[in-house]
Amino acid sequence: MLNRKLIPLAVTCCLFFLLFGVGSIQFEGFGTPRVFFNLLSDNAFLIIAAVGMTFVILSGGIDLSVGAVIALTGVVCSVLISKYQWHPLLVFPVVLIGGTAFGAIMGAIIHYYKMQPFIVTLAGMFFARGLASVISEESIPIEHEFYNDVSAFGFEILGDAWIGSSTIICLMVLVVAIIAAHYTRFGGRVYAIGGDANSSALMGIPLAATTIHIYAISSFLATLAGIVYSFYTFSGYSLAAVGVELDAIAAVVIGGTLLTGGYGYMFGTLMGVLIMGVVQTYISFDGTLSSWWTKIVIGGLLFCFIALQQVLVRVKPR
Amino acid sequence: MSPTPVLQLKGIHKIFPSVHALKGVNFSLRAGEIHALLGENGAGKSTLIKVMTGVYQRDDGDILLDGQPIFPKNTGDAQALGVSTVYQEVNLLPNLTVAQNIYLGREPRRFGLINWGKVNRDAQTLLKGYDLDIDVTLPLSSYSIAVQQLIAIARGVDMSAKVLILDEPTASLDTDEVQSLFRIMRDLRARGIGIVFVTHFLDQVYAVCDRITVLRSAQFVGEFETATLSRAELIGHMLGKELAALGEHKPQTNSECGDALLDAQGIGRNATLSPTDIQVCKGEVVGLAGLLGSGRTELCRLVFGVDKKHSGSVTFNGKAVNFNSPRDAITAGMGLCPEDRKHDGILGQLSIRENMILARQIKQGWWKFISRKEQEEIANHYVKELSIATSDIEKPIEQLSGGNQQKVILARWLAANPSLLILDEPTRGIDIGAHAEIIRLIRKLCDQGLALVVASSELEELVAFSSKVIVLRDRQKVAELEDGDINPQRIMQAIASN
Repeated sequence: MLNRKLIPLAVTCCLFFLLFGVGSIQFEGFGTPRVFFNLLSDNAFLIIAAVGMTFVILSGGIDLSVGAVIALTGVVCSVLISKYQWHPLLVFPVVLIGGTAFGAIMGAIIHYYKMQPFIVTLAGMFFARGLASVISEESIPIEHEFYNDVSAFGFEILGDAWIGSSTIICLMVLVVAIIAAHYTRFGGRVYAIGGDANSSALMGIPLAATTIHIYAISSFLATLAGIVYSFYTFSGYSLAAVGVELDAIAAVVIGGTLLTGGYGYMFGTLMGVLIMGVVQTYISFDGTLSSWWTKIVIGGLLFCFIALQQVLVRVKPR
Repeated sequence: MSPTPVLQLKGIHKIFPSVHALKGVNFSLRAGEIHALLGENGAGKSTLIKVMTGVYQRDDGDILLDGQPIFPKNTGDAQALGVSTVYQEVNLLPNLTVAQNIYLGREPRRFGLINWGKVNRDAQTLLKGYDLDIDVTLPLSSYSIAVQQLIAIARGVDMSAKVLILDEPTASLDTDEVQSLFRIMRDLRARGIGIVFVTHFLDQVYAVCDRITVLRSAQFVGEFETATLSRAELIGHMLGKELAALGEHKPQTNSECGDALLDAQGIGRNATLSPTDIQVCKGEVVGLAGLLGSGRTELCRLVFGVDKKHSGSVTFNGKAVNFNSPRDAITAGMGLCPEDRKHDGILGQLSIRENMILARQIKQGWWKFISRKEQEEIANHYVKELSIATSDIEKPIEQLSGGNQQKVILARWLAANPSLLILDEPTRGIDIGAHAEIIRLIRKLCDQGLALVVASSELEELVAFSSKVIVLRDRQKVAELEDGDINPQRIMQAIASN
C-alpha cells in the first residue's frame, strides 16, 4: 500500500496534472512548456514565501507577517536605491539580514514568553506594515540599471519557454529547502517539534534554537520574496502583497502539509502554488470568468484538503 | 554484581513554591542491577526522577555519576551523560518513522547530509537485538504501545546509557508484553546497565528487581534487598502508620440497614475493573482500600457515571439507574470529589462562592439561576460550618491551601444536598491539621445520615471511619471487611495476599 504520509501529496500532484490536462484539452496553447514555466516565474515570490511558511507550519506554528515583510522589503529597497543611491547588491544583504533578525526576534518571543505564534506574528505583521507606511505612503519607483539587467536575464528552453532570474532563484530556494527539510538534522527537529514539542524536549531537541531558526528562515525567505517581487513591480509600496501570507498558507495546506504540524513535504508546497497558479491561468484563458473565481476555487480546494486531512488523521492505521 | 554505585543521590531536596517535594532523599543504583523505586501517589517518585534526568534542578544534595558530581540542566544533558528515561506514555514522536525516532538528533551523516540508508539499516539491526523485526521506515504510530516502548528503550540504551530509568513502563502492557519487557530488562542488566524501575505492581517488583527503595511523603523510607523483604513489610513501608493518632475504629452502627441506598452488582469495565459488587447504606462509610492502580479510582468513576460501565447493574435510592454522565448521577443525588483536585476538582480562577454553588446549580438546571443573595448565603454558611480559613468568599479558590480547597469542594456537594458522596483520596496532599479536620467532617456527615464512599491509600484513615472496607488489588475486589476485621493489619494482609 502507498505510504499514508504520501497520500495528500499524491492527491495534490494528480490534481495539478488533471487541471493542467483539462486546460490543455479545452484551450489551444494551454498545454505548452511556456505556460508551465510562466506559472513558475509569475508565482516565484509566492513559492519562496510559501517554502518559508512550510517550515513554520511543519513545526506546528504559523507566520502571518509574510505579506507585510514583503511590502516592507520593497519599500526599504526602493528608498535605499532610488533616494540614497545605494547599489542593489549592497541593499540586498542589508535587508536580508534585517528580515532574518526580525524573524529571529519573533521566534524568540514565541519560545521564551510561551506566546501563540498567531499573536506574535500578527503583531509582527502590523509592525512591518506600519513601518513600511511610515517610511513612505506613496509607491516609490526603483530605477537602476542593475534591476533592468536582472529582469532581462534569462534563457529560453523547450522552444519558447522562458526561465528568468526569479524562476532560477525560486528553484534554488526550493532545492535547498527540500534538502534542509528532509536531509538535515535541522529538518528532523522541525518535524519533531511539529509532532510533539514536549516529547521533543524530553528527547533532547533544543527547542529554543530550533524555534528561533524556523521563524528566522521564514522571515529571511519572505524578505527574499520581497526582493523578487520588486523585480516584477520595479517599485516599493507599503500596501503591496496584502494577504500573501494567506495565499502561502493555502498553498502549504493544498500541498498536503498538516496545519497541526509534523506531516508534509516541501515539494507539496510547490505543487500547492502551481495548482493555485493553474486555476488562475485557466480563468484568464477562459476570458469570460471574473478573476475572483480563482479565490472561490481555492477556497473550495482548501476546504476539501482540510477535510481529507481530518479523514486521514481520524482513520488511524490498525 | 559490582558493589560500586553507578548513580548515587545523596540528601536530595526539592522545594516548590507550595510544597517541599523531596526532603533529603537518598538513592543508590549499582551497575547491572534492576532497582525498584516505590511509593504511593505524591510520595515523590516522579519528582526524584525528574531531578535525576535534569527536568528539575535540585535545591540541595548531590548527584554522583560514576563518583563524579553531575548537574544536568535538561534531559539532553542527562542523556549525554548517560542517563536515559522511558516514560509510561512513550515520549517519542508518532509522526516520524521508527528509525527517525531512534536516531533523532544524532543521525549518521555523509557529506553533511543525513544518510537515510544507514539510519534505516542501523535501526533495523539495533531492533533485531531486541527481538523486534519490524519495518523501521513506517511511522511510529503504526505500532502498538508495547513495541513503541521497546523502541524507546532501544533508543535510550543506544545513546550509551549507563543508567536507564523506566517510569511505569508496564502500565499499558498486557501479560505477554510485560514478559518480553522483563526479558529485555534482564539482558540489559547482564550488560551492566543500571535500571531504575518505577511501578505500582508489586508482583513485577518481585519478578525482576534486585533491590527496592521506598519513598513516602517526600521522604526516604529505606533501601531493601528484594529477596529478604516480605510483601507485607514492603506495603507497611509504603503506606506507613503515621495516622494512628486519629483515633480508634469507631463503627457507624447500621444494623437496621434494610435496603441499601446504593446497590451495584457486578459493575465493571473492560481493561479497568473486573465486575465488582458494592452496597452502601444510609449513614454508612464504605472505605475502598488498595494500592495505586488497584482500581479504587476506577470504581468511583464507574459508580458516578464518568466512565461507562460494560457490565453490571446499579440500584440507587430503590430505583434501577443507568448513568450516562456525571450529570445524571448529580441529578439523582450523588456527588464525587475527584482524586486530582487541582485538575478535576477546583476551577482555580473562580471564587470560593462560584466554586461552591456549581453542583447545586447543575442539580437545579441552568434555567433556574440561583440568586446572588442565595449564593452568598450558601457560601457564608459553609465557610462557617466547615471552618474554611478565608478572609472573603470572593477570593479565587486557587489561593487557598489544599485542605481548604478540599473543604470548598465538599461544600459544593453538600450544597447540592446529595444522599451519597464519593470521596476519592480526600486527604491527599493536605497537611496534617487539615487532615484530621476532614476526617472529623466525614464522621459528622455520616452521623447526619449521609452515605459516603471513601477511597484512600491511608489505611489508618480508612480504619478510623469506615463501617465496611472493600479491598481491591489488580483491578479486582479481593476482600470485603466488616466491623471487627477492620484494622490496618487485616487490610494490608488482604492487599498483599496472593
